[in-house]
Amino acid sequence: MSAVTTGPALEGEVVEGRPAPRTWLRGEQVQVLDVRVQAPAAERRAVPRAVSGTTAQDRVVVVGSVVAGASLAWLLCFRLLPWGTPLAFVLVATLLTVVVVAVATAMVTPGPAVADKVASTVVTAGALVVAVAFGSTLVFTFVRAWPALWHVNLLTQDMAVAGPRDPLTVGGVLHAIVGSLIQIGIASAITVPLALGTAVFMTEIGGPYARVVRTVVEAMTALPSVVAGLFTYTVFVLLLGVPRSGFAASLAITVMMLPIVARAADVVLRVVPSGLREAGLALGSSRWRVVWHVVLPTARPGLATALILGIARGIGETSPVLLTSGASQFLVADPFHTVMNSLPLFVFSTVRSGEPVYIQRGFAAAAVLLTLVLLLFVTTRFLARRKGGSR
Amino acid sequence: MSTELRAPDLGAAPAATPRSTATRQTGSDLAFALGSRAVGTTVLVITGGIGLFLAWQAVPTLRHYGLRFFTETDWSPETDHIGILSVLVGTFTVALVAMVVAFPLALASALYITEYAPLRLRSTLVAAIDLMAAVPSIVYGLWGFFLLQPQAIDVARFLNAYLGFLPFFHVDTDPRLAQWEQSRFTASAFVAGLAVSMMVLPMACAVMREVFSQAPAGEREAALALGSTRWGVIRSVVIPFGRGGIIGGTMLSLGRALGETITVLLIISPAFDLKLKPLEIGTETVSALIAGRFGEASPSQLSALLTAGLVLFLITLVVNMLAAVIVSRGRSGQGTDI
Repeated sequence: MSAVTTGPALEGEVVEGRPAPRTWLRGEQVQVLDVRVQAPAAERRAVPRAVSGTTAQDRVVVVGSVVAGASLAWLLCFRLLPWGTPLAFVLVATLLTVVVVAVATAMVTPGPAVADKVASTVVTAGALVVAVAFGSTLVFTFVRAWPALWHVNLLTQDMAVAGPRDPLTVGGVLHAIVGSLIQIGIASAITVPLALGTAVFMTEIGGPYARVVRTVVEAMTALPSVVAGLFTYTVFVLLLGVPRSGFAASLAITVMMLPIVARAADVVLRVVPSGLREAGLALGSSRWRVVWHVVLPTARPGLATALILGIARGIGETSPVLLTSGASQFLVADPFHTVMNSLPLFVFSTVRSGEPVYIQRGFAAAAVLLTLVLLLFVTTRFLARRKGGSR
Repeated sequence: MSTELRAPDLGAAPAATPRSTATRQTGSDLAFALGSRAVGTTVLVITGGIGLFLAWQAVPTLRHYGLRFFTETDWSPETDHIGILSVLVGTFTVALVAMVVAFPLALASALYITEYAPLRLRSTLVAAIDLMAAVPSIVYGLWGFFLLQPQAIDVARFLNAYLGFLPFFHVDTDPRLAQWEQSRFTASAFVAGLAVSMMVLPMACAVMREVFSQAPAGEREAALALGSTRWGVIRSVVIPFGRGGIIGGTMLSLGRALGETITVLLIISPAFDLKLKPLEIGTETVSALIAGRFGEASPSQLSALLTAGLVLFLITLVVNMLAAVIVSRGRSGQGTDI
């Protein structure tokens, strides 16, 4: 009996508990391996057909289309028409690439493949545009801040003695950093317990009253930050006589952050499986114990993410601070009595001044602010990843 | 032998009373319930108080100006002409430009992340979108003002030169001049809208991506088994399933775009003309108006600013609530809980 027979294999031929391979490579002639006998050579082994990935033709079409689109766009923008700017080139190149992809695909594989290729090109191009825009935001900020970031005095001095024309070797943003940290510290100290308590109340106590609270909190997440600032300015600064200070700014940030953080924490607590709560209650623990030992630990990574993202939002928001804190040019550690500066406010005021050196300082402050937010964000990712590791 | 049944003495047995199954909270539970109720009440008073205060502050303005507050275009307290019509139009123009740019880009990014990106890259891209949402708006403002604006005015000039016959793209200058007036195209609603679009894009993209990733695997595989291409799967399964998320996410980011202050304030030059020319210099939005005018405001002007803020808040509120309803109505909005 020969090891290789031609013709279709019958299912009954497969014995000894060895399953037949699902697909065979189609060759010159149909070869079916008789699995009762060990295949002696490696070439006899059935190779499954690849069902994913792209063919060489697909790749050639895509790469060729991108090259053709870019070349045509270069010709059009820089040789034929007076549109020679980088942005115009990118836009025209993207458009022409899509057209070339459509034509090329229609030539090699007409039918539904044309729509598929065009769609994948458009989607990928859109994602690339977003990536370029976001990447340019980060890179641009740090590149413009680079000359100022070189000087250590940026982080150790304030602007008390530095005038608008003074070089970057004098003065820094220490007062803005300290102000930002003090303001966000006070705001977090007020916001975090209130928001957590409200979220626990809305999910764990429940009832019609909790629904009212949830509706109002969700509605107030729509409050624009500048209106939160104007509210704080009118009520606390004008009516109650709180001086324009770091404390007033903290209150404005609190007003803005509180609904956002409370709602995010509520969303996180709501997805804690109710089976866990019921198990805790069935074991005889009180509701308070269940919340403290079951619900909050289960939701800890999500809660940390919600809180830190809320804090990142609060530290970067300019408009509430703009209306309430005033702006000092020197280091202020007392949040209650005098005006105080902060990073976003410092960026805004220096950039608007029009002085080149001031603008550079503003970019440096923006880079510091961005670094702070990045640090907070990395912390969040770290906490979120710990969740995945422990499960 | 027969079994003798003793007749029960029905009258003497005490009436059966069901055991009370209602729980009465005691001790720490009671303290917990009361404590968290108190916290909830505090937050309700704070947040609700803001809304009530805004409404209360709006009364004198609305009583003084009446409906003229919504139809007057000028904001000149010196001549007692205060209205928010042109400001509202400006707000919507900026938000509209932002959404026209942000919506297709957010949709494309969300589809790319869920459908096209390599599996290894996917979590990194999701984190990148979250990071985009966390970047302070002033940074996008700097980007828009210093990097984007010199480029964007060329695009604006192009749109005006070739599509200027449409009223939306009209600018009062000739774009075909060799020495064209660049300053007519700067500080416009178009440039501000582009910068705001970068700010609101991650929010829309996150919602859409979340919904797309929940599209049922069985339906995807069914479409593939019927011979559909990847685009066919997207068109027939992913997008119909995620329609609620697409609309809801877009409206949520529209709410954010309407209230954005600092990016707009940095870029636009204030102008109170009632016009629908986003490419031309000068516009004004409600939030930029508040941020620009609060300092020198008298009590009556402050009330007018608060009224403008209330109007902005109410618009945002309606948009957000519609978004929430649309997101929760879709198939994808149904929660999963064990």
